[in-house]
Amino acid sequence: MSSPEISRDDVAHLANLARIELSDSELDRLGAELPAILEHVKVVQQVAGDDVPAMSHPVPVTNVFRPDEVTPGLTPEQALAAAPASEEQRFLVPKILGEE
Amino acid sequence: MSDLTRFTAAEIAAALADGSVTSVEVTRRHLDRIAAVEGDVRAFLHVDRHGALATAADVDRRRAAGEPLPELAGVPVAVKDVLTTVDLPTTCGSKMLEGWISPYDATVVSKLKAAGMPILGKTNMDEFAMGSSTEHSAYGPTRNPWDTTRIPGGSGGGSAAAVAAFEAPLAVGTDTGGSIRQPGAVTGTVGVKPTYGGVSRYGLVAMASSLDQAGPVARTVLDAALLHEVMGGHDPRDSTSLDMPVPPVVEAARRGDVSGLRIGVISELGGEGFQPGVRRCFEEGLEMLARAGAEIVEVSCPSFVHGIAAYYLVMPSEVSSNLAKFDAMRYGLRVAPEGVDDPSAEQVMAASRDAGFGDEVKRRIILGTYALSSGYYDAYYGSAQKVRTLIARDFEAAFEQVDVLASPTSPTVAWSLGEKLDDPLSMYAQDVATIPANLAGVPGISVPVGLSEGLPVGFQFLAPAMADDRLYNAGAALERLVTERDGRPFAAQAPELEVTR
Repeated sequence: MSSPEISRDDVAHLANLARIELSDSELDRLGAELPAILEHVKVVQQVAGDDVPAMSHPVPVTNVFRPDEVTPGLTPEQALAAAPASEEQRFLVPKILGEE
Repeated sequence: MSDLTRFTAAEIAAALADGSVTSVEVTRRHLDRIAAVEGDVRAFLHVDRHGALATAADVDRRRAAGEPLPELAGVPVAVKDVLTTVDLPTTCGSKMLEGWISPYDATVVSKLKAAGMPILGKTNMDEFAMGSSTEHSAYGPTRNPWDTTRIPGGSGGGSAAAVAAFEAPLAVGTDTGGSIRQPGAVTGTVGVKPTYGGVSRYGLVAMASSLDQAGPVARTVLDAALLHEVMGGHDPRDSTSLDMPVPPVVEAARRGDVSGLRIGVISELGGEGFQPGVRRCFEEGLEMLARAGAEIVEVSCPSFVHGIAAYYLVMPSEVSSNLAKFDAMRYGLRVAPEGVDDPSAEQVMAASRDAGFGDEVKRRIILGTYALSSGYYDAYYGSAQKVRTLIARDFEAAFEQVDVLASPTSPTVAWSLGEKLDDPLSMYAQDVATIPANLAGVPGISVPVGLSEGLPVGFQFLAPAMADDRLYNAGAALERLVTERDGRPFAAQAPELEVTR
């Protein structure tokens, strides 16, 4: 399997997916750097056969619970203390929907 | 009175216990040292003179009242700025979190406070722990106390430099691909990455959740063990925390006996790409260990050569997901896009993430977004996860033959500031020897073994999961051999820094 070419337009698309407004010069630079990095890491595609399971985590733990006890949480003031903007004990955010 | 900043943590603890010094004296001396050398070193992002002295005074008062206290009570410590603290900012070295105060303490920080340890401040780091030089901090680089024109390693260059420069006897670091051990190697300090799950990640601002692990930074193996014991243990607030007792690390560090210990030298780590001076120091370390009774054998871990490739897919994938939370809505930087009237939340988010994140963070988010995208997921992220399995299997097979594994910690000594900044692949290659432990979740230690070009070289031991005590046993033995050879502790060989009065 070969590494697909990754173009400047692809980087722009990825940046949009990642919600980062990259400048033209950043797109130029990443457009050059990413193919080089991918060229280097694509070796992983040739290393392991189909019979090798994927490992997502070093310690296989499942269904971890703690006692269902009520402990104090943050007060609204604490939770909002670092908010860029707040109003009436709520986070104040820019409009969610577009103009249309 | 001899210089208290030259004391080890164990020596400070003993002096506090026998009443020959107070914690206020010890803490004040370290704060003065910080004031004197920070202009050169720049290890700290925030110094908490008031808070540290208040804790120290409280411990002194409790000790005077005859209260039983934990062993490290009154011994000051520095904390990497990636662990949350309610009384100091937590910036992670990023403009995204400039001035941010967490509403809760990380479990590790709570444990330091419960142990009565004055927190001197928060240490500098590569932004969100991404880097091997601390040059990716948005607040400027930390300098290596051995040569201030050189990097202190990364991402935890601040914690390592603070300890190497005698600004703190102990520090907390975090290690995702080597960020405790590599700074330890290049600053001549001891750094330990515990077994994954051995230390709580609650309140550790995540970079790659399946790899991140907090651990101790110190000038001696025993000091690292004492701090490890304070930090470690099960935490119900971290679902990946292991519900097991902390391995007997302090007892092992006091033992330091390698007679009969089987040490496996990893064939794949130490050859190409490793500087001759680094190899020479490592081999000398092996010879000393052999003379002390260790059995040295060569062990092959064939999949380790693919560690960097697997890591630079797994880690950015997790980064792209973890850092999605910096959305400019609830906390952190919010900037409005230029020239847009009444921008949407999405536009504000994109503008804020562009302004708040630095180059390396953006590079990894974009790479991770690509590796996880539909159509490429199996080829990149999926394949990397399989390599991870192979690396874990290599460790399993190796630990059937030997008690611990050994390699140089880092392929090179500290390089000059700026030297690799424009060459990400060359920077990534520095992690070759440290990454396998993170991918498999096993513990590792770096211990200073010698000098090359006048700069420190680190010797790495790796052990099976939850056998962290083996690292401390082997590390303490090597440390003693190095001290005997040199006629003085390794840290005492660092050149004097210029002191500002």
